[in-house]
Amino acid sequence: MALTTEEVRHIARLARLALTDDEVERYRGQLSGILDQFEVLNEIDTSDVPPTAQSLDLSNVTRPDALRPSLSTEEVLANAPRAEDGYLRVRAVLE
Amino acid sequence: MPNIDPSTIDLDRTAHEHAAALRAGEYTSVQLTEATLARVKAQDAALNAYVTITDELALEQARAADARLTSGDATLLTGVPVAVKDLLSTKGVRTTASSRMLEDFVPVVDCTVVQRLNASGAVTIGKANLDEFAMGSSTEHSYFGPTHNPWDLERVPGGSSGGSAATVAARGVPLSLGTDTGGSIRQPAALCGILGLKPTYGRVSRWGVVAFASSLDQVGPFGRDAEDLADLIQAIAGDDPMDSTTSDLPVPDFKEGFDRGFDGLRVGVPAEFMEGGDEGVRDAVEAAIAAMEANGATIVRDITLPTAKAALPVYYIIAPSEASANLARYDGVKYGHAVTNGRSAEDEMSRSRGEGFGPEVKRRIMLGTYALSAGYFDAYYLKAQKVRTLIRRDLDTAFERCDVIASPTSPNVAFRLNEKLDDPYAMYLNDLYTIPVNIAGNPGISIPCGFSEGLPVGLQLVAPHFEESTLLAAAHAYEGITDWHRQAPPSLG
Repeated sequence: MALTTEEVRHIARLARLALTDDEVERYRGQLSGILDQFEVLNEIDTSDVPPTAQSLDLSNVTRPDALRPSLSTEEVLANAPRAEDGYLRVRAVLE
Repeated sequence: MPNIDPSTIDLDRTAHEHAAALRAGEYTSVQLTEATLARVKAQDAALNAYVTITDELALEQARAADARLTSGDATLLTGVPVAVKDLLSTKGVRTTASSRMLEDFVPVVDCTVVQRLNASGAVTIGKANLDEFAMGSSTEHSYFGPTHNPWDLERVPGGSSGGSAATVAARGVPLSLGTDTGGSIRQPAALCGILGLKPTYGRVSRWGVVAFASSLDQVGPFGRDAEDLADLIQAIAGDDPMDSTTSDLPVPDFKEGFDRGFDGLRVGVPAEFMEGGDEGVRDAVEAAIAAMEANGATIVRDITLPTAKAALPVYYIIAPSEASANLARYDGVKYGHAVTNGRSAEDEMSRSRGEGFGPEVKRRIMLGTYALSAGYFDAYYLKAQKVRTLIRRDLDTAFERCDVIASPTSPNVAFRLNEKLDDPYAMYLNDLYTIPVNIAGNPGISIPCGFSEGLPVGLQLVAPHFEESTLLAAAHAYEGITDWHRQAPPSLG
């Protein structure tokens, strides 16, 4: 399945990845090749097969709804590229 | 303190041999740690197995270990040097995932596994190199440069836990921790000629481990014999309230089967796993199977895994899909590489990610984003999850007639640096025999079983869920009849 340049740019936009033109072209070829390898799945009948999300069949694991210690503001912000007055600083999303 | 020169300590010993020597007072943990640090640093010019070597922390832990050894409150790991894959969060020690994205990231917590390792009294020597975010099979996809294979420095150690494997193979440290999402412990163990164990999904906590594919990732040990693997997994396994996917099943004594030998062990050999790959690898694995049979194992040849051929595409849909969601957290806001002079919030986020991630990580994020995107979800992700059910059923059916499944760990021996770097799918084929095990959640082990072209070959054994002790018992029995696990690569000093 051959992806177009526009499709690759669309996927990059969804993934919030700034790519160079060279990267777009390289990934277009490589991703198309990888998608071709996925064709083998269409030969397998899965009409009555439920999906597996994880292999242990666990469901609805709960814990007591109790208070417990959490990270301090200083710890949370310790690795933040931009922090101010105990907050993370970001660019305005709405201009 | 014993009056000895640390440089005379035999660093080729296993962890349990060091543990015995520490108890006997032959040398102290501080002396062992000094000797280990000196060797690891001398080797690293050639290997590049470490992103960070933690001298001060190691010596501090060694002093504490010596106090515990003196007071009689020591565990089997107290005072023993260990390396930790740089994907496991370590409080106060930078944790990079071998990515530019996390080049300067210093966690404020230890992951659960490291908390338990520290509680055991083990001495952490450093953070081992890996393929960026554990995505790769060669450790070439590291922002900090590739790790080299101690058997041939022109070749890769496998991956993604290549640093953890290379430093154990080179006798730098006796034990290390890696993670395995599609083969990232077993394949580098095979290519470096040591043992590596991927535990059952849910056996070991993932909390605080940098996430790649959350339904597949597991932390596990590398070592040079089954006893060492058992002692390390014993220290880290078990339920964790911080990871709701850990199992609350009781943790067994992982050495409980060590006196069992091969008598009565049924070893399944599926034809699908003995086709293709290098002839020399197949020959070594067949010889290992014959040796097990000669020593009491029953070989079951007519089991079949018909959907195994679909495991690779299933994996390369599920793992990148989960990765694309997990890696969305790297946004240049909370932590990690950040561009702060962009035109807009979106521009800054996209450029932070474009600069911070390397080529393989971007490739997988793109693949996963595509597989999950509107209009393609049913055809790729949902289809892959359904085939995942069939792969698991195949393994469950096979285990009705055998106790372990044997195969090569990797279809080939260690390949040359750069050989597969430009062909992603050729690189992915390295994990043909290991990936189905992650898809189904089973435990798997790689055991040294010979050489091909002068390079180590690994035998993979796979067991039903939570049967790690069966794998370790079989590995221990195999070590009793061969000495492949004792073969050492050329000395690096």
